[in-house]
Amino acid sequence: MNLTLKVWRQAGPSDRGRLVTYEAKHVSPDMSFLEMLDVVNEDLIARGEDPIAFDSDCREGICGACSCMIDGVPHGPDRGTTTCQLHMRHFKDGDTITIEPWRARAFPVLKDLVVDRSAFDRIIQAGGFISVNTGGAPDANLIPVPKPDADKAFDAAACIGCGACVAACKNASAMLFVSAKVAHLGYLPQGQSERDARVRNLVMAMDAQGFGACTNTYDCEAACPKEIPADFISRMNRDYRSALLKGDA
Amino acid sequence: MKLDSAVPSGPIETKWDRHRSEMKLVNPANKRKFRVIVVGSGLAGASAAASLAELGYSVHCLCFQDSPRRAHSIAAQGGINAAKNYSNDGDSVWRLFYDTVKGGDYRAREANVYRLAQVSVNIIDQCVAQGVPFAREYGGLLENRSFGGAQVSRTFYARGQTGQQLLLGAYQALERQIGLGAVKMSARTEMLDVVVRGGRAVGIVARDLVTGVISTHSADAVVLATGGYGNAFFLSTNAKGCNVTAAWRAHKRGAGFANPCFTQIHPTCIPVSGDHQSKLTLMSESLRNDGRVWVPKTAQDRRPPSEIPESDRDYYLERRYPSFGNLVPRDVASRAAKAACDSGLGVGPGGLGVYLDFGDSIRRLGKSTIEARYGNLFDMYKKITAENPYEAPMRIYPAVHYTMGGLWVDYHLMSTIPGMFVIGEANFSDHGANRLGASALMQGLADGYFILPYTLGNYLAQAGNSQAKEDQPEFVAAASDVKARQDRLLGIRGKRSPDSFHRELGKLLWDKCGMARNAAGLKEALAKIPAIRAEFWQNLAVPGTGEELNISLEKAGRVADFLEFGELMCRDALVREESCGGHFREEHQMADGEAKRNDADFSHAAVWEYTGEGKEPNLHKESLTFEHVKPSTRSYK
Ligand SMILES: Cc1cc2nc3c(=O)[nH]c(=O)nc-3n(C[C@H](O)[C@H](O)[C@H](O)COP(=O)(O)OP(=O)(O)OC[C@H]3O[C@@H](n4cnc5c(N)ncnc54)[C@H](O)[C@@H]3O)c2cc1C
Ligand code: FES
Repeated sequence: MNLTLKVWRQAGPSDRGRLVTYEAKHVSPDMSFLEMLDVVNEDLIARGEDPIAFDSDCREGICGACSCMIDGVPHGPDRGTTTCQLHMRHFKDGDTITIEPWRARAFPVLKDLVVDRSAFDRIIQAGGFISVNTGGAPDANLIPVPKPDADKAFDAAACIGCGACVAACKNASAMLFVSAKVAHLGYLPQGQSERDARVRNLVMAMDAQGFGACTNTYDCEAACPKEIPADFISRMNRDYRSALLKGDA
Repeated sequence: MKLDSAVPSGPIETKWDRHRSEMKLVNPANKRKFRVIVVGSGLAGASAAASLAELGYSVHCLCFQDSPRRAHSIAAQGGINAAKNYSNDGDSVWRLFYDTVKGGDYRAREANVYRLAQVSVNIIDQCVAQGVPFAREYGGLLENRSFGGAQVSRTFYARGQTGQQLLLGAYQALERQIGLGAVKMSARTEMLDVVVRGGRAVGIVARDLVTGVISTHSADAVVLATGGYGNAFFLSTNAKGCNVTAAWRAHKRGAGFANPCFTQIHPTCIPVSGDHQSKLTLMSESLRNDGRVWVPKTAQDRRPPSEIPESDRDYYLERRYPSFGNLVPRDVASRAAKAACDSGLGVGPGGLGVYLDFGDSIRRLGKSTIEARYGNLFDMYKKITAENPYEAPMRIYPAVHYTMGGLWVDYHLMSTIPGMFVIGEANFSDHGANRLGASALMQGLADGYFILPYTLGNYLAQAGNSQAKEDQPEFVAAASDVKARQDRLLGIRGKRSPDSFHRELGKLLWDKCGMARNAAGLKEALAKIPAIRAEFWQNLAVPGTGEELNISLEKAGRVADFLEFGELMCRDALVREESCGGHFREEHQMADGEAKRNDADFSHAAVWEYTGEGKEPNLHKESLTFEHVKPSTRSYK
């Protein structure tokens, strides 16, 4: 099939950027979205033009690198799917597709479709961990974890840190990302001793990084390629209130 | 080049414990004066960087992705081994050691493997303490499964995303140290050279992938945790960015490269669908626990699988290997699939596929059980192929997956350049000629959490501060080499993209140095690679400049290194006149087509020394002796 692409081109952080139209010819339905972009890029290079810069690495939907806004939807039309796992069979001959980077104050554009998501790392630095040093851990089976808790912790830990939740939110809030980390560690017995401090520190870091407020519209949940449920947000809100009530204790 | 494995004396069971108490220690007050550069933030690099920072060293960690959490380790699916014997089925440190040495076809160093099996148990404890959500039994204890044909259940897992969960554990430990100011993290930064001064590794040259700025960094020790080189083949299950650059540049500065021809081809991957293919997707090996592999008995049987009756199917693994059946090790399963396809029995486009059929298991256990076990894998398969594996068998084909070869290291994980340590998949160490499933994650974390923190301290305590500074001539020279090479890549302004050269090299390596190799094919590849390389340096197209985020430039640098490295891989395959593990030389097989090892002549690690551009490399040998696991013919019949 043949497609028309309108792609965001921006030479660098200080460039204003604009949409540029390209033709994508002979696209096979078995291609992934990024393979389609690879082919467009090969054409650009053959013509001596700058290829479209985009992030990708695993191309298996797990590393969280890929990050395209496709027709205004993070990762495009297939629910629960990252851009790299989106296949062209979801489009049809003659379609026009608009491809843009994530848009959020906390995620500045570096070039074309590549954004800076290091704000997520800085949130984790503020408390997205259990403070144990290497060595000295007790035998793993000394800490039994009820299976339902372990399963819920896993569901939350499945977040790939891609930032689609932020891109989908009109306020560019990072609540789903942060609440997933709070839930992952908060469901486990190992995570209890730092539970109150963790939620306070993570929320504070989230605000400091310039993410917006959550207004419970749950566009984040719909956009999440790992289908992380927004229930974690209400759970975090409860944790947060309780931590505040306990003060600095 | 001198190869001293530095294995401590004494009985194998107590070597590591005794050595640990004998190694030199750095005075705690002095630790922060030692600067350690860790290149890589996968399981090996992140665990090492975090652990070293906890001990008090000043650590600088780099990765080329935008966040350390995205290292390729994130993609590991199946699990991690540990000799916990929680399943009470007879596992032990000894058994894991034995299985690993045997599985590696007797081409690994016994002392290292024993230590790996020993520390495996600590890894699970550490990961659980960090909050890694491993699978659990209803009673709340950890669940294990049998993996990759092991006769015991020693594999810990977190659904089909074990690598992700382990890496997040290590990443969080790393971020904690970054937050505490103990680790400086440089993401989107690529190491392009090692700086050697007075015979010691004292720093690196790196390029900021966003601004293009080339910088030098001095240190007291350098740790490479840069992963494997499977992407030499272009198509592999590795992430797109995986490369040989760091290891290759270190090799050119004096680090011996061991067994470059030992590559693991994984039997269960989704077959290639067209010329546009950019990577291959692994279907976890665990699928072979319940799936049965077969091809039609007659060539060119075009019937859909559901219309091929039992009597017309050849369950060739069950037929050829009655005792292991579908669970034979990876190298054996891959070669058997190739043999079936080579004789025209393959299925799907181009005949490059075999069936992995869950029909029997679904009838026996019910769809819901299969869904609970493999649901996410089945979904992934469906997403990629648009076929439903609950209704029709999967089509699978082998693909390049892992590299057992890598930079040579001694018992302390130090390369032949003093001060440069190599951990994780980047080193050659513990898996010999074939790695067992779920053992790479174990090795990466063993190296990073529990071995390097001791051996690096031992080195620093003796070598002392390097007194290295960025204004020393060695740094200036290395940086200008890197800059000159980059200018050369940018200056060609030819017609062909970096990917087009990479695909060409990859196809050649796959055909001549892939699942089966022979002298004629390897010689042909050795003649062709220099020609591809010559064209690369004349006709490469890299648009843009070096002073910006330039994805073509990044790729070009990596392809240039693969083009040099590929030659070494073929050379190594050519001189290893035997078949062992993942290295199958067609000239060396038994009458029944099984691999024929040659212990008399090849019980060694082949370690290559770089001697200069256009010159033949020197071959050195670390001979391997087996005192505990007596080499025998691996038989899975
Ligand atoms: C699809 C798949 C599934 C797998 N499943 C399993 C499994 O179930 N069990 C198992 O045990 N093993 C599995 N493996 C193997 C295992 O995942 C890897 O061997 C292991 O994760 C490698 O870890 P590492 O830390 O050595 O390297 P990596 O995780 O590859 O990390 C390399 C790091 O080095 C950095 N880097 C590389 N080059 C440079 C440079 N020049 N400059 C700066 N930084 C650089 C990267 O940014 C990255 O941070 C699997 C592999 C694949 C491909
Ligand atoms: S490239 Fe890794 S999730 Fe898409």
